[in-house]
Amino acid sequence: MSETPNAIDAITAAKPSPGEQHFPKFAVTDNLVEAAQKLVARYPEGKEQSAVLPIIHMVQEKFGYICPEAMPWIAEMCKSTPIHVAGIVTFYPGIHTMCPGKYHFRVCRTIACSLSGGEELIPYICQKIGVNPADMSDEEPMLVSADGLWSVEPVECLANCGFGPNIMLNETLYSQVTTKTIDELIAKYSK
Amino acid sequence: MSAITYKPGCEPHPRETRRIFRNIDRKGYNPSIACFIKDGGYETLKKAMEMEPSAVIDEVKKSGLRGRGGAGFPTGVKWTFIPKGNTKPVYLVCNCDESEPGTFKDRFVVHQDPHQLIEGMIIACYAVQAHYAVIYMREEFPEAAKIMQKALDEAEEKGFLGKDILGKGFDLKIVLHRGAGAYICGEETGLINSIEGVRPYPRIKPPYFPAAIGLWGCPTIVNNVESLCQVRQVLMRGAEAFAAEGAQRSPGTRIIGVSGDVKRPGYYEIISGSLTYGELLYDICGGPKRGRKFKAIIPGGASAKVMRCDEVLKGRNPDGSVREMSIFDVPLDLDSIAQHGSMSGSGGVIVMDDSRSMPKVLNNLNRFFAWESCGQCSPCREGNPWMLKLSTRICEGKGSPEDVDLLKSVADNICGRTVCAFGEACSWPTQAFTTKFRDEFLALTKPINALKPHSDETKEARKFLTRED
Amino acid sequence: MSTKPSILPKDAAAAEGKVNVQINGTWYRFPKGTRIADACNSVGAHVPCFCYHPKLSVVGSCRMCLVEQGMPPRLAPGATPTYGEDGYQPISWMPRAIIACANTVAENMGIRTTGKLTEEARRGVLEFLLTNHPLDCPICDQAGECKLQEYTTDYGRGTHRFTENKTKKGKNLSIGPRVNLDQERCVLCRRCVRFMKEVVGEDVLGVVGRGTHNAIACYPGTRLDSNYSMNVVDLCPVGAMTSKDFRFKMRVWFLKSTPTIDVNCGTGTNINIWTREQQVYRITPRQNDEVNSCWMPDDHRLNYKFINAPERLTTPLIKTDAGAEQRPTTWDAALNVVVEQLHRMAPAETAIVASARMTNEELYMVRALARQLGITKIDVVPRKGVNDGMLVSEDRNPNTNGAKLVLGKTGNGLATIRRGVRNGSIRFVISLGEDLTSEEAGFTPEDLAGLDYLLAVHHTENATTKAADVVLPSVTFAEKYGTMINVTGRIQRLNKAIEPIGDSRSDWAIFRELSERLGCDCVRVIACPSPMMVLEEMAQEFAPMKGLTWGNIGNAGKVIIETGVTIPLIERSKAKN
Repeated sequence: MSETPNAIDAITAAKPSPGEQHFPKFAVTDNLVEAAQKLVARYPEGKEQSAVLPIIHMVQEKFGYICPEAMPWIAEMCKSTPIHVAGIVTFYPGIHTMCPGKYHFRVCRTIACSLSGGEELIPYICQKIGVNPADMSDEEPMLVSADGLWSVEPVECLANCGFGPNIMLNETLYSQVTTKTIDELIAKYSK
Repeated sequence: MSAITYKPGCEPHPRETRRIFRNIDRKGYNPSIACFIKDGGYETLKKAMEMEPSAVIDEVKKSGLRGRGGAGFPTGVKWTFIPKGNTKPVYLVCNCDESEPGTFKDRFVVHQDPHQLIEGMIIACYAVQAHYAVIYMREEFPEAAKIMQKALDEAEEKGFLGKDILGKGFDLKIVLHRGAGAYICGEETGLINSIEGVRPYPRIKPPYFPAAIGLWGCPTIVNNVESLCQVRQVLMRGAEAFAAEGAQRSPGTRIIGVSGDVKRPGYYEIISGSLTYGELLYDICGGPKRGRKFKAIIPGGASAKVMRCDEVLKGRNPDGSVREMSIFDVPLDLDSIAQHGSMSGSGGVIVMDDSRSMPKVLNNLNRFFAWESCGQCSPCREGNPWMLKLSTRICEGKGSPEDVDLLKSVADNICGRTVCAFGEACSWPTQAFTTKFRDEFLALTKPINALKPHSDETKEARKFLTRED
Repeated sequence: MSTKPSILPKDAAAAEGKVNVQINGTWYRFPKGTRIADACNSVGAHVPCFCYHPKLSVVGSCRMCLVEQGMPPRLAPGATPTYGEDGYQPISWMPRAIIACANTVAENMGIRTTGKLTEEARRGVLEFLLTNHPLDCPICDQAGECKLQEYTTDYGRGTHRFTENKTKKGKNLSIGPRVNLDQERCVLCRRCVRFMKEVVGEDVLGVVGRGTHNAIACYPGTRLDSNYSMNVVDLCPVGAMTSKDFRFKMRVWFLKSTPTIDVNCGTGTNINIWTREQQVYRITPRQNDEVNSCWMPDDHRLNYKFINAPERLTTPLIKTDAGAEQRPTTWDAALNVVVEQLHRMAPAETAIVASARMTNEELYMVRALARQLGITKIDVVPRKGVNDGMLVSEDRNPNTNGAKLVLGKTGNGLATIRRGVRNGSIRFVISLGEDLTSEEAGFTPEDLAGLDYLLAVHHTENATTKAADVVLPSVTFAEKYGTMINVTGRIQRLNKAIEPIGDSRSDWAIFRELSERLGCDCVRVIACPSPMMVLEEMAQEFAPMKGLTWGNIGNAGKVIIETGVTIPLIERSKAKN
């Protein structure tokens, strides 16, 4: 193991994840540039920086996460600076700097879901996908299974409070989730 | 028009009045523009665009419509704050960042009836003469983003968006901008910064009142999804009809989301003030779960101050005399609950029964606020983690009685001293929980804990001096 | 009723474009648009601030400047305001404190910087700032000039109530060649971020993380390497940004600061020199909105090492015979030798190469000496560079305008002297404060070797002093008083921060002594006790200096010549306002 990077190098330090095998590696292609330019064009002239979030979303959708190499490119696309993009990426929990699994669970742990048992789902999912909830760090609160297929992340309110506990599996919301729902989902996508 | 039927199991309660949620869970309804137009959609827009923009503003002002994002500011009045003689472009932003825990109403509009919102937005844009508008949608609605983008494309295809709308020479472009999971983006200036592509720190007011200096330095109107849908209702039904319905100071319908320990949680659209909390929780939601009693209610989203169900409130009779009442007698409008020290906020009612430990509930809320604090200003950035650490320690049985007072004091030090209203939002729960359920907190504490070290450093330093028990 | 003022204070103030504001019970008048913090500070009601800096945009994020504010009560429709006997409306105080940096004064506003509301707010904010602060003042360079430390002693609570684990962040991070960052000490005021973005225009610093994990950082691989980077050290109200040069060198409370000016270019940046005994420890910019705002370039700031360098000349040196080694001597002996030799020189075969790094007073004394000796070949060494578009002028001499004023036109005089040296028509050269073999001066070592006589006056050993027959040790800018005229025509004062090193003497005193020993009988020259008196002499002779005294130049200087030259950074900040 190399030395722990200092607080500045940590911004771009690679966070290896088994999930990477299920996503293409970040590479700048003509198509990607074109897509980014299209996003920039949605905003008034001179306001290229507004496209930073849309471009980040596009990169994350394609490559699973925002890898260190992507940040300078994003900065270039929206006429910003890398530190600026890093500031955005590290601010929002919805933007990952570590690759999630192919199937990513987001479990709501905020009050309404918590009252209906949402928090207990996190250790259950962890156990199902074979990760230790104690390994979760505050900065990148995500755990990825060894085969890279599954990952779990506790999140705050998913805005469906009346029907908790709520979880999201990739883009789909599941409400009134029980351990049985989790079992079914995992069985379904594990083939 | 044929009678409206709803999907089985999703029928509205008889005491509901579905206006905004008219098409939610409706049988055979889908988010397409065809479906919307068949149901009378975009007719209100045609009506509004026959009027002068200023007449539309007057109509909304006359209706008494108040914003549904939480603060309850009159929508029409907000629109008139654009400086007179303004020469800069005006922008309209729809706040679809619905992130107040306990609130879940905008979700259904954008998933099931997006054109309703688009029509409301076009009317609002026409009124304030904005030619560029943004829907700021939270990241946790990825499916809604697709539905909304499709709806926007459809509307443009049909000529409701784009150049020369309805042949009236009015141009409008609506852009969908997705957030990335931050509560603070629900604050209007934080939201504007997020759209500008900088860190979504809320801005100081003054000088950055959005209506004067907003998005890209131009006058900007920020309205919540439900507010914009209500604008459509105002124009559809006429200001007078709208104002005549419901509480005098907050007319129209309200969507209440009930979550927590009730038999039938869910969303209910009711005439503002037509029901009390008691009627809502007992008659509509079916009362507490079997064998349980209601203990506490958070009446307006996670940041509202909690109310004890056995609290004796002072109400006023029509003749001016004072009567004793409880939270269950308070009407569900925007203002009544505020007289009793809490707020109706965004309409999210969170209910807890007697099985709940209040310190644990508070600890959950504190974790939410500590996680969501943007960290721009000192009291909020440093105060929230401190409150979280204190409440966690109390919950773990490692707190002393003094820690309960300290917790309250930390909240007092945040409240009113921050850049944005997050300071109030995060401190109100702690203030209310520690005051109203003080005995529960104290019961978890032990005086000896005051002498024990709490941080890793002091634990290490006093390794041999601290008594284990 | 008693007599009311015939004209209401509000109308009287409005006529001047001002508003009346009550601060801690006393009424004052301020121009409209004045920030509350500036208004309070200007009347001695101190408002503590971390994030607010008058030269940067306002973010209002530290919440330290909370004050109690009140306005006249809002009137019911149709009601007319009531005025008290003093002509002011009553003030109704607001229950919440407001920030003094972002809000501006208004008519009949009341401000309280003391009292329960304000004090509790300040105490609360300070407590929060200290919760995750490492409290490492004993090893922190900022200690003694740290706002967090000062405000804590002024407004904080004596004990701390925070006993939990602190948030851990990066420490001792090298973010640039001259600046170190400690993220734990940081109060996240973002002054450094705003400075780099708004003033320098290089967006290298930013904030990363969220909430309590927020930290200042630069992107890995990019560095804070601007020539203005060290200004963030001055801006930083705490010890988060520290200067690598000054780190762990000296406790600031041992240092004496002397206001003076920078002599590295024609801008004449206003600075403070920080010294202890005879040692210079650092230089920091001093605010002058017409010259350098609050900033200075790093290379100028760090160019002080030569003052205490071992190469300094500390005693006069003479060569007794041609080709012999230089040896130290006393001033008396050295001056006697010089006088003797100067008497022997033919004025037509003698040239003086002076320096535009000399003060006006020194140049004046040089001119007196030249006139006395009848020397007409006299010029200064020009020094040109590239204007950096900020503060560094293309004129790298600090007093070219002074030299022009005192010596008359400077131009191709130097070329003539060089030609003369090479064709043998000049055999005697007096070099003052220059190295003749430097690129700008253009002499070769052979040129110097061929001279009959070379007198060098300089503070540091160089090729010229080594070749000289007599060397008189003079002083650096830190060791003398004097005035210089910058590129915009502003005359500014140099102040003495330390005593002359070793046996060296101020240049003006050397020239005065020489004049006297050469038999000058002009009382105004030989009886002059100080450069301040030389200045008054000059004020009588030179029209632009008419009426100038040391005192009335002041610390900010005075424009005395129209040059038409401007300082880019100052022009930009003026255009912004």
